[in-house]
Amino acid sequence: MKKRAILGIVIAVIISLLVVASGCAATGNQAQGTAPLPPKERVQVATTTSLYDTGLWGYLEPMFEEEYDVELDILYAGTGIALEYGRRGDVDVLTVHSKAQELQYVAEGHGIERVPFAYNYFLIVGPEADPAGIKGMTPEDALKNLFESASASFISRGDGSGTHTMEKTLWSAAGYEYEEVQNAGAWYVEAGRGMGPTLLMAGEMQGYTLTDMGTFVTFKGQTALVPIVEEGSILLNVYSVIAGNPEMNSSINSEMANNMVEFLTSATIQELIGDYGVEEYGLVLFNPCAGAEPQS
Amino acid sequence: MISVSSCSIASAISIPLGSLVHFNRFRGKRPLISVIQTLYSVPTVVIGLFVFLMFSRAGPLGELKLLFTPAVMIIGQVALIIPLILGLIISALSGIDKAVAETAISLGATRFQMVMLILKEAKFAVLAAIIMGFGRAFSEVGLALMVGGNIRGFTRTLTTTISLETSKGDVELSIALGIILLMIALAINITLNRLQQR
Repeated sequence: MKKRAILGIVIAVIISLLVVASGCAATGNQAQGTAPLPPKERVQVATTTSLYDTGLWGYLEPMFEEEYDVELDILYAGTGIALEYGRRGDVDVLTVHSKAQELQYVAEGHGIERVPFAYNYFLIVGPEADPAGIKGMTPEDALKNLFESASASFISRGDGSGTHTMEKTLWSAAGYEYEEVQNAGAWYVEAGRGMGPTLLMAGEMQGYTLTDMGTFVTFKGQTALVPIVEEGSILLNVYSVIAGNPEMNSSINSEMANNMVEFLTSATIQELIGDYGVEEYGLVLFNPCAGAEPQS
Repeated sequence: MISVSSCSIASAISIPLGSLVHFNRFRGKRPLISVIQTLYSVPTVVIGLFVFLMFSRAGPLGELKLLFTPAVMIIGQVALIIPLILGLIISALSGIDKAVAETAISLGATRFQMVMLILKEAKFAVLAAIIMGFGRAFSEVGLALMVGGNIRGFTRTLTTTISLETSKGDVELSIALGIILLMIALAINITLNRLQQR
């Protein structure tokens, strides 16, 4: 009886060792490419959250996959993190929106070229009651008022994203050092999250926030926020696609990265981007601008 | 699926390793156990950051091209739960009366047979350790997000979906997924308990 029990345990240990072995083998297989299905090439794109939260990528993904017969892995992250993934060679191509950072990225040699493919506008949104009374002001004056009154909350992305970078640009245009704003008091809230979550937070806290048009329209129904400031050429928001440079990172799938640039700027896809969400929201979320820098 | 694989791998490593630590005397045994116990509470995002840096293409293991795949999530989870399972197994073994081991040896058992006997005596506690480890792997989200990237249909797990859907404001879906998550945990625990009672 005892002997059988011991035998049982021995068998159990052997089985568990086999599990390890097969587990290791499985990880080994995955190292070479993919899951059990017929191996398909995988392409990794890191995108700013606004293109993801609006559902645009979910809409375009199957089309790209079908056209080039690949698996497209979409990583949504703020522009800051997306660029960092690119610098480390973890993704093949980026879709981001922060011109200065992008130009620096290309200048460093990590990206081949910055190709704008769509634009819309940033806007400051807030509760309908407009507690700070900044409706219709220029962006600069609106921020000045928020800073001086220090009563109504302003929710910042606070995550180094393209929108966050734009916000810093606006603060400096309004005449403030960003550090000064960060330490200005409890009214200035750094969310550290994507655009969608930040909008929801602003809605919950009845505060103001800077957002891109696309994400705002998509989340409007859930936040009850309204546009407060939407005038001023400073608010132009340009999305561009940047293929990774294989000379910097040999692991970059250069062919597919270039296919992505071509795909996003092709006439068919440009038209689909321009029409995206128009029927559902009655507004243009993204204006196509294949390859050319829009002049507000 | 990912947490099942990582839990099996972690248990398979921890059971022999735990016995090894328990049945041998060596310098630094107590400090080692303290370190293991400290690692019970290592935040998932710290492991996530570490694994990210190791497996990023710019990192030492970047050549494997594993970042943002299920494989790297398993590796991370194994690293996360080994200390937990290992520590609990060591304390499970310590809970067995020393007389059992002595009797076995005096009755002529080999060292290996003795270890097996103690493991068998402690099987409830060992199983409990494995369940704990599974629970931690199954419920964590920070690591999965950081190294898996939450890619739809590839590295998206129940927990990362809940995180994403909540951030999108789709609370109903998140609640539904949360219930599913609990149901799966319940089913697995019932199964393991059945095994335990046999």
